Amino acid sequence: MTPLLSAHGVTVRYGSLAALDGVDLRLELGQRHALIGPNGAGKTTLLDVLGGRTRPAAGRVRLAGRDVTRLGPAARARRGVNRIHQRPAGWPTLTVRENVLVAALPRAAPTRRWWPGGARRAAARTTGAMLERVGLAGLGGTLAGHLAHGQRRQLEIAMALAGRPRVLLLDEPAAGLSAVEVEWLVEFLRVLPRSVAVLLVEHRLDLVYALSDTVTVLRDGRTLATGTPAEIRAAEPVRQAYAEGVA
Amino acid sequence: MPRALRALRRGITAVVLVGLVLAPSAVDDYTVALLARTLALGLVAVSVALLTGVAGLPTLGQTAPYAAGAYASVVVGGQLSDVGLVHLGVAAAAGAALAAATVPLVVSARGVVVLMITLAVGELVVTIVGRWRSVTGGTDGLAGIPPVRPLWGLPVLATDRARYLYALVVVAVLVGVVLLVLRTRVGLLLRAGRDDEARLRASGHRVALHVAGVHVAAGAVAGAAGSLLVVAQQYVSPADFGFDTSALLLLAVVIGGTWSVGGALIGAAIVIASRDWLFGVLPGQAPLVLGLAFVATVYLLPGAGHRPPAVRGRLLPPALTRRPVPDRPSPTGVRA
Repeated sequence: MTPLLSAHGVTVRYGSLAALDGVDLRLELGQRHALIGPNGAGKTTLLDVLGGRTRPAAGRVRLAGRDVTRLGPAARARRGVNRIHQRPAGWPTLTVRENVLVAALPRAAPTRRWWPGGARRAAARTTGAMLERVGLAGLGGTLAGHLAHGQRRQLEIAMALAGRPRVLLLDEPAAGLSAVEVEWLVEFLRVLPRSVAVLLVEHRLDLVYALSDTVTVLRDGRTLATGTPAEIRAAEPVRQAYAEGVA
Repeated sequence: MPRALRALRRGITAVVLVGLVLAPSAVDDYTVALLARTLALGLVAVSVALLTGVAGLPTLGQTAPYAAGAYASVVVGGQLSDVGLVHLGVAAAAGAALAAATVPLVVSARGVVVLMITLAVGELVVTIVGRWRSVTGGTDGLAGIPPVRPLWGLPVLATDRARYLYALVVVAVLVGVVLLVLRTRVGLLLRAGRDDEARLRASGHRVALHVAGVHVAAGAVAGAAGSLLVVAQQYVSPADFGFDTSALLLLAVVIGGTWSVGGALIGAAIVIASRDWLFGVLPGQAPLVLGLAFVATVYLLPGAGHRPPAVRGRLLPPALTRRPVPDRPSPTGVRA
């Protein structure tokens, strides 16, 4: 079966350093796939490659069978690859509602309809629903720059979902969140519809094992192992890698 | 914003607008002509505010489409018709075309690089205008430009007062259109891009297209302002579009335009009034004093050192108040 998103032999070099060295990855429709590994293993670089922010020196990226290696982040987002960043920010001088509205616009209606459009009305409907879903409906008129860190994370999630993603790339979504906020995040991601495939980069293994059905371990830019959480937990090379002072 | 403050602001705006309409009957012809020229320059300042305040592209080159509009209005518009609306259309098209031609230079650059590129484009256009004697009259300029009639069937604008009122109506309409556009999703996307362009791109938006669009639109506005300048002073020369004018425009926008479209107009009025007053009080020293004023403005205006919010679809800026941070530090209420 054709995977929804896949990387084939992806290599990224920064000078003489290979941040990724021939990495393969398959993300199936509706899958919860986690990427783990020590700092510098290449997890965020792989997200950058899949999201279109970094172009690989070698290898291909395919989305639903189509080669998207040369497409930038905007074109991939329009095709349903959305990313939740490690540092949630949004657009700080826009209100919460405006932030979600802007994120919803590209996939709300035909993108070339500029004035005055059904696109905005459709995006406004999506915006209302998303704010309700993440619990920010009461803060729609607040400037995003005035939100607390946890609320910005909620906003970031609402923005990503408003873009009607097929693939959600999550870069350490629990970073900087309190225990209660992490609990909310886990619950939220758990009930996320299976129409959305999730690729999660996370240092917290408890969270990884709770959310994912497949785990890939990267080390020094190479794939160390791929399997179910139980297999990965039991895999000797992985235990060794983590015992050597990672994560 | 408190209701009383909002009412006060609306009251002041209404008084200023009524004052602008009644001004010709309260001042002499020279002042009326100066006000008409100030309106033209104010409209260019609005175009600078569109680029600097909305798109985050600081520019010293809006004199280029301003000049293109002015000369196109005289040379092309004059051969087509004596109707001001036609001149405005031709001038706006010329300004937009020139801006479109420079899109490849501007669209991928940001910050000081844009400032330098636009300065170079502005100076290049002034040089071309100065040397193309057969069309532009060279550095001597074009004098004795016949007055226009606003619309078909209306009388020609024979007096300074009539020309001022024409300029006032055109500026009011164009500023209204700019404000309306800024209230649409176009304005929203431009403000988002000014906040974080990379994130906007990552959301699937064609940021380069937005930047190109606002650049061309600002060129059209500046071009229309060029037509107004010709109507107001019935004379045009390269001296109207030199670096001095670019610097005055940027100063006007720094004073008020990065906060609002109306602020750009007010800034232009303050700068022109100051310049003319300084020419009388300190002959020969006015550029130096204006330069010092520029430095002082950048450092002393409220919010100096901080990035101001992008221009929204409002005539005046929001009050300088900080909204309190909501007392809701975690999403614990989400599932309640």
